[in-house]
Amino acid sequence: MVDPGLYMTVAAVLFFIGALGMLTRRNALVMFMCIELMLNAVNLTLISAGRAMNDLNGQVAVFFILVVAAAEVVVGLAIIVAIFRRRSTASVDELNEMRG
Amino acid sequence: MIDFIWLIIALPLLAAVVLHFVGRFLGEPLSGWLASAAIGASFVFALVAALPFIDGGAEASTVLLWEWMPAIGASLEIQWDPLSALMTLVVTGVGFLIHVFAIGYMHGDERFARFFTNLNLFAASMLTLVLAGNYAMLFLGWELVGLCSYLLIGFWFTRPSASAAAKKAFVVNRIGDFGFMIALMLVFTSFGTLSYAGVFERAPEVLTTGTATAIGLLLLVGAAGKSAQVPLYVWLPDAMEGPTPVSALIHAATMVTAGVYVIARSAAIFDLAPAASTTVATVGAITALWAATIALAQRDIKKVLAYSTVSQLGYMFLAVGSTAYVAGIFHLMTHAFFKALLFLGAGAVIHAMNDEQDMHKMGGLFKRMPVTAITMGIATLAIAGIPPLAGFWSKDEILASSFARGGWFSVLFVVGLITALLTAFYMTRQWVLVFLGEPRWDEGVEPHRAPRVMGVPLIILAGLSVVGGLVNTPFRYTLEHYLEPVFEGISLQHPPEGIGMFLILAGLSVFAGLVGAAAAFLTYRRPAGSWKRFEEGLQPLWGVWEDAYGVDDIYGRTLVAPGKRVADVSAFGVDLPVIDGAVNGIAGLFIGLGQRLRPLQTGYVRNYAALLFAGAIVVVAWLLAGGL
Repeated sequence: MVDPGLYMTVAAVLFFIGALGMLTRRNALVMFMCIELMLNAVNLTLISAGRAMNDLNGQVAVFFILVVAAAEVVVGLAIIVAIFRRRSTASVDELNEMRG
Repeated sequence: MIDFIWLIIALPLLAAVVLHFVGRFLGEPLSGWLASAAIGASFVFALVAALPFIDGGAEASTVLLWEWMPAIGASLEIQWDPLSALMTLVVTGVGFLIHVFAIGYMHGDERFARFFTNLNLFAASMLTLVLAGNYAMLFLGWELVGLCSYLLIGFWFTRPSASAAAKKAFVVNRIGDFGFMIALMLVFTSFGTLSYAGVFERAPEVLTTGTATAIGLLLLVGAAGKSAQVPLYVWLPDAMEGPTPVSALIHAATMVTAGVYVIARSAAIFDLAPAASTTVATVGAITALWAATIALAQRDIKKVLAYSTVSQLGYMFLAVGSTAYVAGIFHLMTHAFFKALLFLGAGAVIHAMNDEQDMHKMGGLFKRMPVTAITMGIATLAIAGIPPLAGFWSKDEILASSFARGGWFSVLFVVGLITALLTAFYMTRQWVLVFLGEPRWDEGVEPHRAPRVMGVPLIILAGLSVVGGLVNTPFRYTLEHYLEPVFEGISLQHPPEGIGMFLILAGLSVFAGLVGAAAAFLTYRRPAGSWKRFEEGLQPLWGVWEDAYGVDDIYGRTLVAPGKRVADVSAFGVDLPVIDGAVNGIAGLFIGLGQRLRPLQTGYVRNYAALLFAGAIVVVAWLLAGGL
């Protein structure tokens, strides 16, 4: 059995990569992928923590998250496609109508 | 029969509702006939229902329609007794004739149907007032007739003077209503109920003289507003801005008599407060003389009648104040006949003269409109108190009763006698100026006879003005016996006993009437230059009278102007800077705060995300540091 701390480290690295991408990239699609990366990093912590503590709830929660994430991906991608069709760009810096 | 007594109110109300929605499709003259039919049906119904009282021996009854607020004795209930029956008959009977007349008078008005809607609504309100079985419902009708009066005075609201007159009537009546309302509160705190039955039966044991006097005086304030007594009479002459049938119905025959009715209805309270009664009589006598002098010098045909109405209402107050309630109600009834006739006749004249109201520009109309001239002549003699016409009997009974009361009332009797002389003078002056002498018409005026729909009501009212007085003569007090059950247990003032005394007093008042009438006839029958010199000769008194003693001006300077100043200060000194200032200040605070926070919304997603992460780190750090 592998040390759960290793899984946690991998998850943290994944989350950090996602967060960094989120802050630095401009393309909405890439930012979206970074969000997914962070989400799955969290999933990984849930599974490994559940395994380490011998508790199935961690895995059950992940199943829920995956289902919801699937729905969220559909909506998110649809929005991004709609924006791209309308503006022929997916750069979030140009989507600043809500600026105060 | 008695179970359906509510129909008397419901019929005109229903017609008003129907006319409101479909009146414009019915058009002219159908909507007028519908309105007339509704009130005519009420009259027939009331007549049938009143027959037992006329036969004598019938009991007064109260019909409960709906329990509104039983805890304070305020329900929709109808009091059907000889007094309310008589008032109902006057309101619906005279009202019906005026409705029919109005079909002719309002011919060609673009809001013909709306006029009859309002007229029927008024009839329903007035009937609510007279048929009420408690003070709350009476007050309901009291306010509703005020509203209808406002609507009808301002019927031609595109004229600024008409809408101003309507407002004035409303505001002055508010002052009276204020006193009336306090009177009702006093009644409630004293008796714990507002129902007539509960109040009148227990009045002697519950009320002290002080409370009774307070209630009586406050009722007088309300009555003075509604019935145009000194000092609240100023709205009535202005109310002549309304169409003439309105002046006849509301401002002569019915609504303005509501004050007299309320005092007569509250006789049980006034019975315990002689001081309040004396005040009522004094106010009445002062009003009678005051308004009669003003009427002398008016040039506007309707203004003469308006001040005459104020003066005659003063007579009624003198009567009910002398506790001669029957005489007051009697004069109310005869006055409704001849004053409605005078107004309708004046309306026919105005109609014929192309809306000219200045009597200096009339004259010689007798040949052009003989029916109007003769019927108005009868009414003039009736109001002047010439026997055996209606006004003679009722006016004489008032004067005789106040004479019989003696003491201070003897002074009021003399005032009434002088007023009788003045009344005969100004009424004869009016009739002669309008119908006799040389024509002084403006160019292009071609007077014509009134249509039959206007003529027939005049003739019927003239008949009533002739015989209406015979219901109560010293030879046969029919009305007195009829009203006896209403005033049971209340000390009433009667005219002096005996035919001899009657002849002396009647002789005096007839003499006063004849002198006044003859003086006016001899003065105004002569060419215009002659009576103009006569009026000039009476300057400056004549000018003061013509200007109505400048009361409007005095009220304007002492009451209206300061009122406006108070309104100005509260609007521009308090409301704008303080109230609005507080509201706007709070709004401004948040606008400023928002402006400062605006830069946070950069529009860059990464900024939001960074803040989000920063927040998350803070929360996690706090949790790790042992928060919660």
